[in-house]
Amino acid sequence: MTYIGQSVKRVEDKRFTTGKGKYTDDIKLVGMTHAHIVRSPYAHAKILSIDIDTALAHPGVVAIFTGKDIAAAGINGVPAGWQVNFKDGTTMKEPPHPLLVADRVKHVGDGIAVVIAEDDATARDAADLIEIEYEVLPAVTNPAEAIKPGAPQVHDSAPNNMCFDWELGNPKAEVDAAIAASHHVTRLDFINQRMAPNAIEPRSAIGHYDDSKDKYTLYTTSQNPHLTRLLMCAFVLGIPEHKVQVVAPDVGGGFGSKIFHYIEEALVIWASKQIGRPIKWTSDRSEAFLTDAHGRDHVTTAEMGFDKDGKITALRVNTVANLGAYISTFAPAVPTYLHGTLLQGLYTTPKIHVDVIAAFTHTNAVDAYRGAGRPEATYLLERLVDTAALEMGMDPAELRFKNFIPAFDGVTQPGYQTQVALQYDSGNYEPVLERGLEMVGYEQFRKDQAEARKNGKLLGIGFSTYIEACGIAPSAVVGALGARAGLYESAQVRVQPTGKVSVFTGSHSHGQGHETTFAQVVADRLGIAMEDIDIVHGDSDSVAFGMGTYGSRSLAVGGSAIVKSIDKVLEKGAKIAAHKLEAAEEDLEYAGGKWTVKGTDKSIGFGDIALTAYVPHDYPAGLEPGLDFSSFYDPTNFTYPFGCHIAIVEVDQDTGKVTLKRFIAVDDVGNVINPMIVDGQIHGGLAQGIGQALLEGVIYDENGQLVNGSYMDYAMPRADDLPSFEIDRKVTPCPHNPLGVKGAGEAGCIGSTPAVVNAVMDALAPFGVIKNLEMPLTPQRVWRAMHQ
Amino acid sequence: MSVKISVTINGKKYTSQVEPRQLLVYYLREALSLTGAHVGCDTSSCGACTVLIDGNAVKSCTTLAVQVDGTQVTTVEGLAKNGTLHPIQEGFRQEHGLQCGFCTPGMIMSAADLLQNNPNPSETEIRHALEGNFCRCTGYHNIVRSIQWAAKKLQETNAAVL
Amino acid sequence: MIPANFEYHRAGSVDEALSLLATHDGNAKVLSGGHSLIPALKLRLNQPAALVDIARIAALRYIRQDGNHIAIGAASTHKDIATSALLAQHLSMMPQAAGMIGDPQVRNVGTIGGSIAHADPAADWPGVLLAADAEIVLQSASGKRSLAAQDFFLGFFTTALAEGELVTEIRIPIPAAGTKSTYQKFSQPASRFAIVGCAAVVQVSNGTCSHVRVAFNGVSDSCFRDGNVEKALEGKAATAENIAAAAAQAAQGVSILSDHYAAEDYRTHLAQVFAKRALSAVAG
Repeated sequence: MTYIGQSVKRVEDKRFTTGKGKYTDDIKLVGMTHAHIVRSPYAHAKILSIDIDTALAHPGVVAIFTGKDIAAAGINGVPAGWQVNFKDGTTMKEPPHPLLVADRVKHVGDGIAVVIAEDDATARDAADLIEIEYEVLPAVTNPAEAIKPGAPQVHDSAPNNMCFDWELGNPKAEVDAAIAASHHVTRLDFINQRMAPNAIEPRSAIGHYDDSKDKYTLYTTSQNPHLTRLLMCAFVLGIPEHKVQVVAPDVGGGFGSKIFHYIEEALVIWASKQIGRPIKWTSDRSEAFLTDAHGRDHVTTAEMGFDKDGKITALRVNTVANLGAYISTFAPAVPTYLHGTLLQGLYTTPKIHVDVIAAFTHTNAVDAYRGAGRPEATYLLERLVDTAALEMGMDPAELRFKNFIPAFDGVTQPGYQTQVALQYDSGNYEPVLERGLEMVGYEQFRKDQAEARKNGKLLGIGFSTYIEACGIAPSAVVGALGARAGLYESAQVRVQPTGKVSVFTGSHSHGQGHETTFAQVVADRLGIAMEDIDIVHGDSDSVAFGMGTYGSRSLAVGGSAIVKSIDKVLEKGAKIAAHKLEAAEEDLEYAGGKWTVKGTDKSIGFGDIALTAYVPHDYPAGLEPGLDFSSFYDPTNFTYPFGCHIAIVEVDQDTGKVTLKRFIAVDDVGNVINPMIVDGQIHGGLAQGIGQALLEGVIYDENGQLVNGSYMDYAMPRADDLPSFEIDRKVTPCPHNPLGVKGAGEAGCIGSTPAVVNAVMDALAPFGVIKNLEMPLTPQRVWRAMHQ
Repeated sequence: MSVKISVTINGKKYTSQVEPRQLLVYYLREALSLTGAHVGCDTSSCGACTVLIDGNAVKSCTTLAVQVDGTQVTTVEGLAKNGTLHPIQEGFRQEHGLQCGFCTPGMIMSAADLLQNNPNPSETEIRHALEGNFCRCTGYHNIVRSIQWAAKKLQETNAAVL
Repeated sequence: MIPANFEYHRAGSVDEALSLLATHDGNAKVLSGGHSLIPALKLRLNQPAALVDIARIAALRYIRQDGNHIAIGAASTHKDIATSALLAQHLSMMPQAAGMIGDPQVRNVGTIGGSIAHADPAADWPGVLLAADAEIVLQSASGKRSLAAQDFFLGFFTTALAEGELVTEIRIPIPAAGTKSTYQKFSQPASRFAIVGCAAVVQVSNGTCSHVRVAFNGVSDSCFRDGNVEKALEGKAATAENIAAAAAQAAQGVSILSDHYAAEDYRTHLAQVFAKRALSAVAG
């Protein structure tokens, strides 16, 4: 049986469909208490006094801790995991992010006190009894405003609210000259708006200190349990890593927001030791809006030059990125190495320069959200290309064909060296656009559109041909770029004596279906049944180490680590088989779960070899017993999926309401292990990207209050906001990992947003070229664009 | 202060003392350890907590435990019989209608409500019937197909939803 | 989120409910479907000493013809109304509007009495009841009274409901044959409450409009009947031009709500668009 390439039904689904999934908030420990965090209602204020006496006396309250207690205990803030230096080489400004604030709160939702009680209701009742006096200070929320002289300052240690400035690409003067010499220049000023990730499972953390073993256990909603352990032990609490178990059980979606190490995780661990009992904290949705790291929030000016034939001559980008009040774990990498490096897109643009300033504001932290930097890069590129096509009177598909990088497989032809540091591994871009045009029926659509316009109906088509970079690596390179961690992955393949296989992966599944996809890979490689394989993840006591799941890295990096361990298993197995079969190793071949002496019917099965390895009575001399191998896989490069997304919309001229009529996606994510799961990843990404285009966006008012911090105000796609998607794929294998896989988790979210916005602009073409319409394209905004 | 309630949940009768302020979802999750109903929001918006009360889909985060005294409650834990998935659960598995699984119990219970009232819904009707349930993973595409799969299966086998 | 503590009383009858309300002397809240009240309790915006649950009072849950009226018990759910054949026959905007409220789970338990007592300006019932010439029957320990919808809805989350008083019934006159009604809504995309909800009732006979009723939710801080639009169409021929001219009068002379989804000018424009759509549906 071959599993790879089959839409095998998911191993995970029985527990999830029957309500037996085990999420962090489902866990109950003996003697467990409940924590509620008192948070700042102001964006910027001095704390003048905190009175906890009444609350502490409330029946059922176990303890209350404030920022003073945290400071007195000598606890550090949560650290940044990536360092980006200023252009002049000086270190980025890295002000502390304390677990609880003692003096000056810096965003609405900043933690001030934690109330621990016998139950959640009591903790909340007591929290209402805490009295805090504030002196409210002026706030700044827009990053472009924050860096202007005279703006309210977030941190005394970061003058002008600058965390760092940064640049990448060809020398600025060369790019300026190329833009100046261009036949046509398209310029766009826009905001890539702030997004709330909104995994449907709110964050939760349970801290348990067991003094009988001097051991800490943290259950947490993390995409990244080992990194959380490392950061919490080494940087925040200074507790011994070998005495800390971090478990990320079933996790209800992440989309980036659960990569990061959050204050609540360290807080419940520290406080559990103080009170000698386990503590659970579970976020409300309103807290999630205030404290789960947001995404995007770039203020950008972008210019693209063209020659008279429509060839792109240069690209110049200036971005101010909002970091929020504190540096979240990977925040510095997002507007820089995950954004600036993607500005080549699929095009042969010869000159590119990008300038980025990262600014502090009195808002919640911004970090990686599905796509992380790549959607921002793709949005500006693809908006520029479609806008240029409108301005120059060219067909947007034709303009893309003119500028695509020619095909290269990365094996017989070298990778493509971009102007912005990356070397693409393999790519073949024309076929995805050709297939997209075929699926949409492009010529017919243009006829229908012309007809519709005559009848006063506004139909539009929008394109996006994107590239994405996933499986960020290798460690040495990312280290040189400022990562304070490696970006490899670990895997242990433990063959049990009966031939059953336990696989321990440092990747973490929170919807991606690793328990299925990884098992397919292992089953095929070993020639055994999937039922005989168990995939273990998310527990630092059973998995050696891991870098977690984000950046569409799990299969390309984590899957490759598994393959490496399987290779070791088979290599050792062959030695044992050779001994048992009395043949030379090189005369054996492994297929269908057994070693066979080539050209004979002499063979021995995988299970027999496993048993022999653990009962080594008749065994090769000098060989260790056991069949259990660990590996770390550090890729040689990123992988680069790409694709073409096409949206068709209708705009209601009376109301401005945009209806997404069709959405076509042709993605090339390299080899595919489970098409059903890959399709599902694409669907979900599309919905989030479309959500950014049409519905979503976090709004802060000038005082730093979050205006739409609930599902009654923050519009997220529902089933009836979306059509069924029309998707297809092409396959250009990754040349540098053993599975030839790239990544599929973020592609949908990266390509779709500009396709939808471009479609609306195309629909509005009868009103002229509209350049100042910001996402989300709410009916009101679209209506105003038509009536300016 | 606490109030006595008697309620039949998934066919089993429970009698409990509850605080009037206790929400049904916390009664299920904490008192009865039925953790299939999830809490995803504060505003009755996300539907992850959906259960059936006397056959009707209701958000258990916006229902007090005292309100279900004397009723029949069905949660996602009550659908599979003798280890066999309910056709709606099977539909979600067959058509990959779930990823992280957090919204899934609520989606399944909403689908049960829909299919009781409309055994053969169109795609538009399915999408409309899910307006009280958020999914952030699937883009809803495969959830629609899952419910279509279940509708077909229930009709083929001439089976009642509950 | 968890509410602050309160007492809970389930009333078996209207009289019992009224007496429980009287006992708590203004510190009790009426719980019906709970879909406006419980979210407010969870946010602790509202901390009553007691709740009086009226949802199980069978005598408050009915939809029936009562002479030349349709009588709707206050504890009837939105779903009861959405699926009422009687209402579909006489006043189709009622089931139509009911089907647009919230989502299926909300419609299964949310009640018309609870919704109108809450009087959210963006809720769907108030405008519909104005256009329907509904009467609201209120009962207290001292007896029953009946108010025209017009006199019941007083403003932003404000009604004529007195302390200790309960909405028990909504009475709607059965319109003359040939009368059509509709409810057209432009939803806020997150909450799906009305940014603009327009209820319209028109009788067209021999091509002429009469009994023109146009009412809005969501547009202003309270629901309102739009006399300008009604007057502009009353007695006029049911033509596209007349409908357009009447609709263009919509939402004049009232204060207009403004939020990040719809500023004043856009909301006013939408009111005109939806007046036109609603009138076109019933008189076009």
